[in-house]
Amino acid sequence: MNKIISRVYLIFLLVILYLPIFYLILFAFNEGDNMGAFQGFSLGHFRDLFSDTRMISIVINTMLIAILSSLIATIIGLFGALFIDRLKSKRAANIYLSLNDVLLVSPDVIIGSSFLILFTVLGFSLGFMSVLLSHIAFSIPIVVLMILPRLQEMNKSMIDAAQDLGATRIQAFNKVVLPFLLPSILTGFFMAFTYSLDDFAVTFFVTGNGFETLSVEVYSQARQGVNLEINALSALIFGFSLIMIIIYYLLTVRNKKSVRVGKGRII
Amino acid sequence: MKNKLVYLPYFFWMAMFVIIPIILIFVQSINVAPGQNIFHNYVTYFSSSVYLKMTLNSFIFAFIITFFCLLISYPAAYFIANSKYDSFLILLIILPTWINLLLKAYAFIGIFSHDGSVNSFLGLLGIAPKQLLFTNFSFIFVATYIEIPFMILPIYNSIKALDKTFIRASEDLGATKIQTFTKVILPLTMNGVRTGIQTVFIPSLSLFMLTRLIGGNRVITLGTAIEEHFLTTMNWGMGSTVGVILVIIMVLIIWITSKPRKRKVGVNIDE
Repeated sequence: MNKIISRVYLIFLLVILYLPIFYLILFAFNEGDNMGAFQGFSLGHFRDLFSDTRMISIVINTMLIAILSSLIATIIGLFGALFIDRLKSKRAANIYLSLNDVLLVSPDVIIGSSFLILFTVLGFSLGFMSVLLSHIAFSIPIVVLMILPRLQEMNKSMIDAAQDLGATRIQAFNKVVLPFLLPSILTGFFMAFTYSLDDFAVTFFVTGNGFETLSVEVYSQARQGVNLEINALSALIFGFSLIMIIIYYLLTVRNKKSVRVGKGRII
Repeated sequence: MKNKLVYLPYFFWMAMFVIIPIILIFVQSINVAPGQNIFHNYVTYFSSSVYLKMTLNSFIFAFIITFFCLLISYPAAYFIANSKYDSFLILLIILPTWINLLLKAYAFIGIFSHDGSVNSFLGLLGIAPKQLLFTNFSFIFVATYIEIPFMILPIYNSIKALDKTFIRASEDLGATKIQTFTKVILPLTMNGVRTGIQTVFIPSLSLFMLTRLIGGNRVITLGTAIEEHFLTTMNWGMGSTVGVILVIIMVLIIWITSKPRKRKVGVNIDE
């Protein structure tokens, strides 16, 4: 009896969770122009999407921002983690870690609006650079959080051993520390990458006119109502997300310490 | 690394994008016309029925969303934790959080809109189309939909961490199933519930895109107010004031829902 209740409950919940997503994808293949009734199979909306040069340039912009920001955030975050790990005083490390986490716990509207003030005060014009800098900024803390635990579990005498055997500091770093950290660096990079792709609110604040990412474009189109080109785009993004999830599970299969659930939330 | 220069970008980031923005948003909120009280914006906020009503509304919405999330998620987490396929089921629950939130909101525009599928279905039953989109109901429904995984996961983790011998002990000592649940399982999984409330309540106060897309302009939350002040009416002073208040509320919520001081983990036998 209990088993039946729990099974029915979970099936019902999962159906509700997935129904809107599949519904969205299904209508990407609709011949008609709205999400009311399915009027027959057609790839027309995908064709429209691929011939929409504006949309393609937005996709390229989005990917460019995601790759650049996650790459730079990974490098800066790696050294941030090395710095925090080196601190001898536990109190200092805790202070730096709390400051590190501020952007992870702040609501997106707060990050977006305070960055907007920052760029304006600096006289920085809004556009590609402001979006890129913002994405780097909100991705650094997650990279640090991914690399730091691995660093702390590293046996530091390995570095001494390398140096005793004649390696220079840089050689010891490149040949000992980096390979050991590599899985966590990759996870950090990957998280930063998906944060950047997922972000809407921060970008929306700092983007100004003339530069758009996918999320901002989806938002402004969705405000106009239903347009099945967005469904076609969603279908592609869904496929892409599935690939990302598979990569993520391959990366983290070894150390399942935290789970990424949505942007900015690690549980 | 001896060469300290490599840490420089990290320090620069911390100063420029963590510390300075916090200061800037506060300074902006007290940056008023010369001659005015520096807390002018705060006085305006707390003496205006519009702002106070908006804050209260925002709270009520967040409260309702959190309540429904909890109501739906606790049994779900409990059932999943007791299932043979728990890790696969929890993966299925997390998966939708990887889909961009805007796309999920957009799906609901299709579902709830005037010529959308819910209304088509009602039409088949001979019921005239109803206004579903841009209502309080649609906003609460979609926000709950989006937040449920964030509530299930921490509760699931805390149920998994529960020492199963406590449950057996309680049953051996003659407690009924319901007593075991209310006296043992629920108190010992409160940590997960607290984390869940934190991760759901705060975004519910601040997700402005949902209120815009699903709630129309009828639902205004603290997040919507900030966005509007910054990007539409260009009243940054007031926008920052609302922002500072949101941050204070956030800190208060984390403080209220965090663990009561150093209580011993375990079951109080005297009870």
